[in-house]
Amino acid sequence: MERRTIFAGWVLPALLVAPQLLLTFFFFLWPAGQALWFSLTRQDAFGIKTQFVGLENFTDLFADPLYRDSAVRTVGFCVAVTMLAMGTALVLAVFADREIRGRTLYRTLLIWPYAVAPAIAAVLWVLLLNPQIGVVAHALKALGVLWDYRLNDAQAMTVVILASAWKQVSYNFIFFLAGLQSIPKTVIEAARMDGARGWRRFRTITLPLLMPTVFFLIVVNVVYAAFDTFATVQALTQGGPGKATETLVLKVYRDGVVNLDLGSSSAQSVVLMLGVIVLVMLQFRFLGRRNAE
Amino acid sequence: MQRRTLLAGTAALTATAALAHGAAAQGSKTKIVFWHAMSGPLGEELGNICKGFNASQTAYEVEPIFKGSYPETLTAAIAAWRAGKAPHLVQMFEVGTGSMLAAGPAVKQVWQLSQETGVTLDPAAYIGGVRGYYSLSDGRLASMPFNSSTPVMWYNKDAFEKAGLDPAKPPTTWTEVIAACRTLKAKKATAIPMTTAWPTWVHIEEFGAMHDLPVATKANGFDGLDTELVINAAPFVKNLQRLFDMSKEGLFKYGGRDSAGEPLFVSGEAAIIFTSSAARAAFKRDGKFNSLAALLPTDPEVNPHPINSVIGGASLWTMTAPSRSPAEYKAVASFLHYIGQPEQDAHWHQVSGYVPVTLAGYELSKKQGFYEKNPGTDIPIIQLSRGKLTANSKGFRLGRMVELRNIIQEEMEKGLQGQQNAKVALDNAVMRGNKVLREFEKSVKG
Repeated sequence: MERRTIFAGWVLPALLVAPQLLLTFFFFLWPAGQALWFSLTRQDAFGIKTQFVGLENFTDLFADPLYRDSAVRTVGFCVAVTMLAMGTALVLAVFADREIRGRTLYRTLLIWPYAVAPAIAAVLWVLLLNPQIGVVAHALKALGVLWDYRLNDAQAMTVVILASAWKQVSYNFIFFLAGLQSIPKTVIEAARMDGARGWRRFRTITLPLLMPTVFFLIVVNVVYAAFDTFATVQALTQGGPGKATETLVLKVYRDGVVNLDLGSSSAQSVVLMLGVIVLVMLQFRFLGRRNAE
Repeated sequence: MQRRTLLAGTAALTATAALAHGAAAQGSKTKIVFWHAMSGPLGEELGNICKGFNASQTAYEVEPIFKGSYPETLTAAIAAWRAGKAPHLVQMFEVGTGSMLAAGPAVKQVWQLSQETGVTLDPAAYIGGVRGYYSLSDGRLASMPFNSSTPVMWYNKDAFEKAGLDPAKPPTTWTEVIAACRTLKAKKATAIPMTTAWPTWVHIEEFGAMHDLPVATKANGFDGLDTELVINAAPFVKNLQRLFDMSKEGLFKYGGRDSAGEPLFVSGEAAIIFTSSAARAAFKRDGKFNSLAALLPTDPEVNPHPINSVIGGASLWTMTAPSRSPAEYKAVASFLHYIGQPEQDAHWHQVSGYVPVTLAGYELSKKQGFYEKNPGTDIPIIQLSRGKLTANSKGFRLGRMVELRNIIQEEMEKGLQGQQNAKVALDNAVMRGNKVLREFEKSVKG
């Protein structure tokens, strides 16, 4: 069943795609092109003197041990956020999929955090965890924990991972719930008749059928953790203490906006852009192959 | 028909843009925009100054706009200039001075503005230490001094009394500070004996200036862009290690970068803090205790005769834009002239905690009896004018200094966690900082 619209001329189709093309051009191709050009130059902050330096910004970057540290840290951060956000969401979705009283209410409440702006979410976490004013911080202190994430690498990392993952749980929850609901009841029933119970049924029936959702969410979550967590981390720790929570995207901001080193900052965003392209290609390849099967 | 509507629309849009820009003449008044970074009570006072100027004459109107923190204001001003929409006047913190001096056509320096508009802006009216920071090497004024402060030691009088310490005799050396902190801790006068704001400014830059030690070669950068940091010298290491040790002993608590430590003092948790003299307005308003200012402690073993500290704070830079008219520059010059009047300067000094920037403003404050009525308010002035000015205490002219401060703060944070000692921290800071200085040198040489 193929649906195809045949246009008589080229004017109407051109007009129809024009807005999209213009948006792509102005909001993606143009800035991306500018970043590419900037990454090959050295400029003073005001852009008065611009020199073409070839790939110097890139070679400097990869020769910098702090940049490599930041890259490794970002990978660890992405893995932790993805696992925590997806794990929690899956557990919640499985329980919310059951026949329980007030199911709709639970579902609605679980989706709420998604509507909270990242910076505001970070402020909420500050109110909970700030060593001076935080509610949780006081409780921890009462338990004898030396809580000060401003001067403790591990605690700082834990805080930004928790805050970032929390923000993404709702999104994952929606997809997992939809995925669970699209599994035919008959399959589950058949498994039950065969005597597969609880965990076994989940592992052998539900999870395999949920795999497309899982893979899709892995890509989305990694991209989220790598790029969209900027506001959260900036509001919570600004990358500190030391460089303990400085991820790559934070470094782009720090070098570009605060340090006004546009060449290096652009080179870093070009590297990140390549990262996203690779991720998306992987996703297309993988999902494409699955659909073809 | 359609085309005409479109054209009319464009014209209307342009007009709106021009209005929003503040460049269009409204009635007969020339409007100028002034971007600043003063929040809280200081922002209110700044607003009052602008209102005073607007009421004092009929030709010009200045509109102050709060643009966030100092670094945010700097970034916003640069982005605006690149887009051809720079504000007429921008308040720039002292560490941005190196970058602004390298900004060439983006700014109109004070001497140039004075020459073009015929409005007198006399450098001789300003206090030496303040003028020097914002002048070219030949004495011509580059930016207009406005809010200058210097860090001092603030202490909680009530906590000192509770611990049995004499509030009239605050500690003056680091040995005495440690002793006082131990007493404060033993008597549980406050939760934390001591904290600090502006870790780099106070414990590296001012420590160097007061003890007559260079922070960077080439007269702290005044004599050339090929300057290098030298803060891994023994006295700096000793000073930083002392902080690390005090932290370990529970006498000092790190409150975060830049001004992040201030809430610890305001809330009454810490009895001593090192921060800008301009914190006075906020401490007076928000602190539920008596706070007093004292000279920053020194280390007699490093230098028994400490000299002046260096100013911090900000100055005002005139910025250029493609469509800017001579009348607008004239308005800027008139405003700068107005705020330099003794009455304005004295008032701003007295309400804010910044030091007076003009000699006449200082004299007027003395004549009004301000220092007798408000003990401690002359501490920053005494500290700024102590001893004889040297190449080490004139100030700093380093490019990308915000980044340098952050690098030092990062290395400090690692040290305070026990990951490295002070020597390693400062060696790392020097190595990383010099890389930044070389990048800056290359970028402005073009």
